[in-house]
Amino acid sequence: MSTWHLPDLMSRPTAPRFDRGRTYWRDLDWIMLMAAFSLTIFGCLLVWSASKADMASPTDPYSYLKKHVINVLIAMVLGFIASRLDYRWLRAYTPVIYGAACFFLVLPFVPGLGTRIAGAQAWIALPGGFTLQPSEFAKIAVILMMAAILSEKRDIESEPRDKDVLLSLGLAIVPILIVLLQNDTGTVLVMGAVVISIIAVSGARTRWVVTLIGGAALGILLSIQLGLLKQYQVARLTSFINPAADSGGSSYNAAQARIAIGGGGLTGYGLFNGPQTQGRFVPVNESDFIFTVVGEELGFIGSMLLILLLGVILWRAIVIAYRADDLYGRLVCTGVIAWFAFQLFENIGMTLGIMPITGIPLPLISSGGTSMMAVWIGIGLLQNVRLHAVRNSP
Amino acid sequence: MNARSNLRLLVLGVLVASLLGTLMARLFYLQVVSGAEYRSAAENNTVREIVNPAVRGLILDQAGRPLVSNRTSLVVTVDRAVLGRQPNDGADVVARLAKVLQVPATDITDRLKPCGTEGAKPPPVCWNGSTYQPVPVASDVSTDTALGIMEKRTEFPGITAQLQAVRTYPEPFGVNAAHILGYLGPVTEEQLAAQGDAQNFDRLRRTDVVGRSGLESEYDSYLRGQPAVTTLAVDTGGRVTGTLDEKAAKAGDYIVTSIDAKLQSVVEKQLVAAIQRAQAQGYPGDSGAAVVVEVDTGRILAMASYPTYDPSIWVGGVTKAQFKDLMKSNSLSSNAIQGLFAPGSTYKVISTAAAGKEGFSLYSKYPCPNQVKIGTQTFRNFESHAYGSIPLSRALEVSCNTVFYGIADRMWEQAGGTDATKDSPDPIAETAKQFGLGSKTGIDLPNESSGRVSSRLFKLANWENLREQWCANAVAGYPETRKTNPKLADYYTALDKENCADGFRWREGDALNAAIGQGDTAVTPLQMAMVYAAVANGGTVYKPSIAKAIVGADGKVVKEFEPQVKAKVKVPRATLDFLHKALPGVTTSGSGETPFIGFPLGKIPVASKTGSAQVTGSKVSTSWFASYAPANHPKYAVVMMVTQGGTGSKTSGPSVRKIYEALFGVNGTNVDPSTSVLIGDAPMSDLPTIRPDGTPVTPKGRKSGVSNQGGSG
Repeated sequence: MSTWHLPDLMSRPTAPRFDRGRTYWRDLDWIMLMAAFSLTIFGCLLVWSASKADMASPTDPYSYLKKHVINVLIAMVLGFIASRLDYRWLRAYTPVIYGAACFFLVLPFVPGLGTRIAGAQAWIALPGGFTLQPSEFAKIAVILMMAAILSEKRDIESEPRDKDVLLSLGLAIVPILIVLLQNDTGTVLVMGAVVISIIAVSGARTRWVVTLIGGAALGILLSIQLGLLKQYQVARLTSFINPAADSGGSSYNAAQARIAIGGGGLTGYGLFNGPQTQGRFVPVNESDFIFTVVGEELGFIGSMLLILLLGVILWRAIVIAYRADDLYGRLVCTGVIAWFAFQLFENIGMTLGIMPITGIPLPLISSGGTSMMAVWIGIGLLQNVRLHAVRNSP
Repeated sequence: MNARSNLRLLVLGVLVASLLGTLMARLFYLQVVSGAEYRSAAENNTVREIVNPAVRGLILDQAGRPLVSNRTSLVVTVDRAVLGRQPNDGADVVARLAKVLQVPATDITDRLKPCGTEGAKPPPVCWNGSTYQPVPVASDVSTDTALGIMEKRTEFPGITAQLQAVRTYPEPFGVNAAHILGYLGPVTEEQLAAQGDAQNFDRLRRTDVVGRSGLESEYDSYLRGQPAVTTLAVDTGGRVTGTLDEKAAKAGDYIVTSIDAKLQSVVEKQLVAAIQRAQAQGYPGDSGAAVVVEVDTGRILAMASYPTYDPSIWVGGVTKAQFKDLMKSNSLSSNAIQGLFAPGSTYKVISTAAAGKEGFSLYSKYPCPNQVKIGTQTFRNFESHAYGSIPLSRALEVSCNTVFYGIADRMWEQAGGTDATKDSPDPIAETAKQFGLGSKTGIDLPNESSGRVSSRLFKLANWENLREQWCANAVAGYPETRKTNPKLADYYTALDKENCADGFRWREGDALNAAIGQGDTAVTPLQMAMVYAAVANGGTVYKPSIAKAIVGADGKVVKEFEPQVKAKVKVPRATLDFLHKALPGVTTSGSGETPFIGFPLGKIPVASKTGSAQVTGSKVSTSWFASYAPANHPKYAVVMMVTQGGTGSKTSGPSVRKIYEALFGVNGTNVDPSTSVLIGDAPMSDLPTIRPDGTPVTPKGRKSGVSNQGGSG
């Protein structure tokens, strides 16, 4: 066992220290924040439009929207907290965060607590109709844990030792395996991308990167060949290749999603007016398939705007990662970038028919409280790294 | 940080940019390049719904007795699409089916023709539903007939026999109540169009059967419940591509009415008795109505209309012959709420109230000569004769027209006579409007008539409508009539000339006629019942109601209807007190005396007013008997009328007496409240119990006349 956590525990920094520096608000990356706020409002409109048809009589037509707005507000508070946490504190408590994340990941398997949604045993049912998806927080835990290990105790110019790479991989594989057991294929793919990106940017030897990419590709191929993936998982993954094969399930979703987006054309049918969206042809279009709503109702122009805004966040995140004043900060940013980028590519790609259908939400847009909170915490962490760098620069 | 890290971060950045670029390129291809293609795919994307209608709610009387229930019926349906593919458009199949069903083949072909197509009979004979929906052509076929059809599938392509839930009428105590209950029919195009493009799953669909009149129509949305709907996505080829939605059925709610089946049965029989009495006197007695209302709530306890029909003929669709009979007999509309009749002397309570309000002395004597002359016209005492100088109360008792002529004449002169303007007072008409005449009562039944109140304003409005026609006729001079009868043509022309020039003027004669409920005034029997209920309760005009509550099929109360006050009449208390004192005199020693001889008026005083209204074009008057009782503590108002039925006293009076006997438990001169038709001698204060399985419970100690029919068909 490495001694990577010992020095930090001994120095015992106290509690989260909120910096009362008057430069906090000035030093935030406002370009990223404005893009994030715009996308969140964008998301509220789309969730409203998507849930309108489902929420028709007899329930409150705004009930879904209200829930979404509450989630957004909670998420922003969490993001604010994440942006102000002290690095030292964060690193010291990383083992605790990691342990807690693994513990919560097991809870959906506990009878009476867990809920199955769309084939994945990935949710904890809370009172009041709210559900919690612990795998969203597990992504953050994996990022923090890997960043801490790979940036630990070494010369800034030297590469991580193989020992550290192995340790970080060994610790990352635990939550990934649990998520795989939950049948949450999409999150497994996102976590894989996060792990590979962090190891690559940590400066680890090239053979690690090559091995990992090769291993991931082989793993996906083998699991299909050996039947390790369940039938419906294969169906989800392959239905984008041959949509006509299975008319009842996955490819129905894929076909309807593409009809919705394609039908939107250049300018779309207008908000609340998409026939596919309002006719409830596209399933779960307030969460996983929400991109079909923007595609159909706001057309190419609206869709491009949405992707560009997401691009702005990623661009700013890369700038922050590049200017980070230590490897820890850079690796945290890298993890968040890989997470956001791969998740949005997978989510939008599946509605466009270029990626397999998996059940993961579109960051900042989809309904789903846990995802919204995790994403805002991610944004908070990016801001935190920026503030740290600004403060330590001459 | 080392160079390798920087480089790899740069690679990650490029990777991210290329991922976004890929998405944009794909988006451009999907939306801009092939957008039109997908747009047409979206248009071909349709949903198909599999709908199973919910069990329709029951309609109960105030004690929980079912007035309308459900049963199952074997219905034979014809799929027109399949039939159309047979040789000769399936004429042979129809002929074979007609033979099995023992009906003429034209009966079936008439039913299959969509409404509005060439040669189609008017609804409900023609088919009003969707092209794809099987058309029911016979209901209640025997099991043998159904099996005969189902066993020879090849001989009967597209023809099916299946069980359907249909309405049944338990008729407790033999009640009919057809005009209250209403009937069902296929949903109309107008109803479907009115929904716009609503997509809620409980919307009306082409296949639906909905209430078309009466309570069935008024409370259709409650009675109908929510159907079980499975929504399937279907592509252009009709292939099912997915299940979009599944909704379970919710049984329709029950309507608890204020109607009492036993009382309703008495009222219906007594209305027929009154009609027969008119006919025995040699009068046509062609139609009539009767209403019993609770004066302190406006709730209708019984309401009958003659002629009536058997509501069960609508079950499964009426036959051509039945529909022809219905139309010929005029029995479809309710005379109680739709029929408009001159109220005659029953209107004098309104003239009296107006007089009191205008400061006429209620306790002075007024001259009652045999006739009054206004210019060249003579106004007579129709029902009455000369009584000399009599008090106003006596004028009501003997229904002296000339007393009211005198009062109306003075009001007319005070308003300015022929020089009166639009804004001059018209006290009798104003009071009538306050009592709710000339406007709908607001009862919870469809297609109610508003009626008219003869007044200066009405005459002006009428003149404005007809003036052009009158003036044109006056110029043309009736050339057609002139060819055969020049004298009549001259008369008509002179009349129209006068009307054209002067038809707006509220003349003295108009005012006199209006005061005794003649002229243009027309009321529904329900309106008159509400007037007498308002007099009885001290001036409150209630909105009459039939539904007391809506109760779920599981017995839970969905909605309760509280009595609603429509208006308070602005008549002085002293005037109403005067009427309370004067009207019982009509029954003890006036025009209503004869039918109540031997009735224990000492125990149950009855306030009443007779009416024998003159109708243009008929020699026989409309018989009215309007009343409330007990006069000292009013509970119920009862109004009955028979057209071309003779006097109120002779024709309607005896039937009203019988209704009071049933209400109060009168036997000879004895009054025994325990023998009242109403359980507990009063309308139920509580709602009837409905068991969780949907079975209504009738209170103990009484037989309901029929065994309770279950809620589920």
